[in-house]
Amino acid sequence: MNRMVNTSQLSGCASESAEKSERPLIRERGQHEVFCGLTSIIWLHRKMQDAFFLIVGSRTCAHLMQSAAGVMIFSEPRFATAIIDERDLAGMADVHEELDRVVEQLMKRRPDIRMLVLVGSCPSEVIKLDLSRAAERLNRVHAPQRRVISYSGSGIETTFTQGEDNFLAALVQEMRPEEACDKASLIVVGSMADVVEDQMRRIFSGFGIDRVSFLPSRNSEELAEVGPNTAFVLAQPYLGATAQALERRGARWIPALFPLGEEGTTNWLKAIADYFEVDPDRFDSIVEPGRNRARQAVAKYREVLEGKRIFLFPDSQMEPSLARFLQNEAGAEIIEVGSPFLHRHHVSKELAQLPDSVVMSEGQDVDRQIDRCRAANPDLIVCGMGLGNPFEAEGFSTKWSIELVFSPIHGYEQAGDLAELFARPINRRGRLEVDV
Amino acid sequence: MQLTVWTYEGPPHVGAMRIATAMKGVHYVLHAPQGDTYADLLFTMIERRKERPPVTYTTFQARDLSGDTAEIFKKACSEAVERFRPDAVLVGASCTAELIQDDPGGLAKTLDLGVPVVPLELPSYQKKENWGASETFYRIVRGFAGGREQQTDIPANRCNILGPTALGFRCRDDIVEIRKLLEAMGIEVNVVAPLDARPADIARLPQAAFNVVLYPEIADTAARWLERTYKQPVVNTVPIGVNATKTFIREVAELAGIDPEPFLKSESERLSWYSRSIDSNYLTGKRVFIFGDASHAIAAARIAEHELGFKVCGLGTYSREFARDIRAAAEEFGVDALITDDHLEVEDAIQASQPELVLGTQMERHVAKRMRIPCAVISAPVHVQDFPARYSPQMGFEGANVIFDSWVHPLMMGLEEHLLTMFRDDFEFNDEEVASHLAALGGNGKKSTGNQNDSEMHPGAQGYSGGSSGNGSAVAELREPESDGEPIWTADAEKELKKIPFFVRGKARRNTETFASQNSLVEITVETLYDAKAHFGR
Repeated sequence: MNRMVNTSQLSGCASESAEKSERPLIRERGQHEVFCGLTSIIWLHRKMQDAFFLIVGSRTCAHLMQSAAGVMIFSEPRFATAIIDERDLAGMADVHEELDRVVEQLMKRRPDIRMLVLVGSCPSEVIKLDLSRAAERLNRVHAPQRRVISYSGSGIETTFTQGEDNFLAALVQEMRPEEACDKASLIVVGSMADVVEDQMRRIFSGFGIDRVSFLPSRNSEELAEVGPNTAFVLAQPYLGATAQALERRGARWIPALFPLGEEGTTNWLKAIADYFEVDPDRFDSIVEPGRNRARQAVAKYREVLEGKRIFLFPDSQMEPSLARFLQNEAGAEIIEVGSPFLHRHHVSKELAQLPDSVVMSEGQDVDRQIDRCRAANPDLIVCGMGLGNPFEAEGFSTKWSIELVFSPIHGYEQAGDLAELFARPINRRGRLEVDV
Repeated sequence: MQLTVWTYEGPPHVGAMRIATAMKGVHYVLHAPQGDTYADLLFTMIERRKERPPVTYTTFQARDLSGDTAEIFKKACSEAVERFRPDAVLVGASCTAELIQDDPGGLAKTLDLGVPVVPLELPSYQKKENWGASETFYRIVRGFAGGREQQTDIPANRCNILGPTALGFRCRDDIVEIRKLLEAMGIEVNVVAPLDARPADIARLPQAAFNVVLYPEIADTAARWLERTYKQPVVNTVPIGVNATKTFIREVAELAGIDPEPFLKSESERLSWYSRSIDSNYLTGKRVFIFGDASHAIAAARIAEHELGFKVCGLGTYSREFARDIRAAAEEFGVDALITDDHLEVEDAIQASQPELVLGTQMERHVAKRMRIPCAVISAPVHVQDFPARYSPQMGFEGANVIFDSWVHPLMMGLEEHLLTMFRDDFEFNDEEVASHLAALGGNGKKSTGNQNDSEMHPGAQGYSGGSSGNGSAVAELREPESDGEPIWTADAEKELKKIPFFVRGKARRNTETFASQNSLVEITVETLYDAKAHFGR
């Protein structure tokens, strides 16, 4: 029988929320084997279907995007790179004029674009190319038919999912203020698969919460309104800047675990339900079928994952939540949880669920982390694509972490899928009768 | 500033990584911000290498820019040498580090690393990947093979093979094939570089009588320098195709002072006979569009025209450094050369020239697929499919056999596709139908899909209070008599089902229907769909 999670207890312990101080925390500043924030464009451009992301950067940025996306282009994607060349750097061409020309060229080719997003990169930041100024200038030409906004996804400032954080924070600036007399509304912040959003929406409507919107919205014209009557809940743990931006607009944060696994989803929904004063019986009757299905679905994989020792390399900042899920619901033993950055406030409830024996590490020195990992000899390593095959060749089982960002894993109906993602490599290792 | 949706080549430091990763005993310390480590996955994922590339990235951040990024470089460099103990260190900057002008070469020299340092200056805002690889290889060759005495007692039949790299198009197998061929001719292979060479091997390059350049994009510069410095002549013919392989053998034989004819007689291949066989008549005059790196594109054009009887209707390259060679070849085939790194321009050219076969990079493969034109890949940039499990060289006689198969099979498939299109409207080709040879298994043939009309008759039956399986079975009892036990999909459930990717949708539908039948439900709601999902797992 699965461990039952008492939701009221959970929200109780969350309010203590203090991270215990005995926990070892390794902070490292060596080689980071992680993507930069530009990479989040890969899912953002799919999510927001009338936006186009124009990276102002180098050939490296363009090459990163096509390599990380692991794709050739079937149909023209809604992202591109304006590659800075030596003429721009030598001052032979005015960079702003050049950018205007490229934007003009792009707008002609893609008349369907409603929102153009200028994305700053390492080189554009280093040469101090002011993209917010460029956006302002371009808006004078193109708004209101097309809006131009900007944010930085540069590797010197952002890691992987932080690119989404900066983008969403920029979107918050675009939101209209809410009407004064409105009843409370909810914004769910952080990209999730459309199908997951639809599931959540049905649950919210079961709660009687109808004024719900998602950030990012599916298109740029459906952005939510925001104000003091707005509450927001984070669906992803990497949204520090976005949360701040929303709070600056008067919106209130609903603290909760993140909706991964049965426990996380229930805690998350409960926090929302409590905020909106949903009757506890109604809450229970609405979430009961989903909770049962989630437990049932995870139970299938628990026998594979139970007692397995797992080491998580830093990638998306979802690592503490994933570790909590693996520990509490799949019965795994967590050795180390790496995260590129720990937003202590937002993940405090997650961290409180992990015992002090779990090593937390923030930032990275990849060679040292590999040493620790080899020494710990885990049953499963959750890591990026640069490390996966080398670890497999050494005899370890690995799960590539990027799949956790691209697959629908949030909510009750995906809890089993989430467990399966971790169980599959172990299962596979058990099936294969070949040596490397 | 250039608008780029996709690029054929990465930045020059990725070229340097291809050299460092190909070699042994070399470590590359790259001054670069976080994120540039993406390049590791090219090697571990695309090429499925079992080790991480020998590259240390300094990973400086915005807050370091006002401080001492040079110090970060020095620390990373010293630690890398201590940890990996390489025979030699390459140092350089990626595009961002180039802007902050820390001079990695100068910094490394101050460190007293105890190993030779090769500083690389690869201008990221002007040059690209192949140039970076070529420059890196040249710097390494100059660094380790420079300043040697001209030897006089070198046997005439001793050569070096230059050019194969990590992430190179079929380099892995080409090098096996050509080494075998040369050794069978009685040639002694002194050093192969950069693939699998150590710096000490590079130092032995001057001990060969001549150099064989298999990949001019990578090794031409280094080979010219060796020619100037050590009077080593160069075999420039790239042995791709039957005729080119024969020419290559004759050139090598001449330099080595041996008679090639007995060897040529002893070798055999199948391309020639297969091409002559009457079955290949339908290949005659097929219009073929060719695009790739210069050497592969030119070789492909010659094979297409002279060995398979195709008609070259377009020829181009993204390697501007070799534009002249491509222009000369294009003139040979009476077409205009296309020199561009804009894949959209290539797409337009393909469309305009109306080819029946496209030979290109992975990008042209995608373009051709979209246009439903048969295609084969002949050149980098590489893709995971360009590292097949089987032995699959492009060079030498076995390479010619491989080429015959890989270019002609898509045409066969093209014929199949043509037939499919022809019969598209045939009733048996409808995806709602069971295939005719399975009709016996499929009962009346017509597959039951959730009946649209039925589901429209009772919409909104689901919802969180009313849609649980308990209520569903109540409905089931009422409706039982009028259906033959087949569960009915509600409109909302049908809609939800459509959100599941098409390639697993059929399975999801079957599982849900089985689940509904087992639980005696006549109605499938969104809840049933997810109940079934949870029940069956994956």
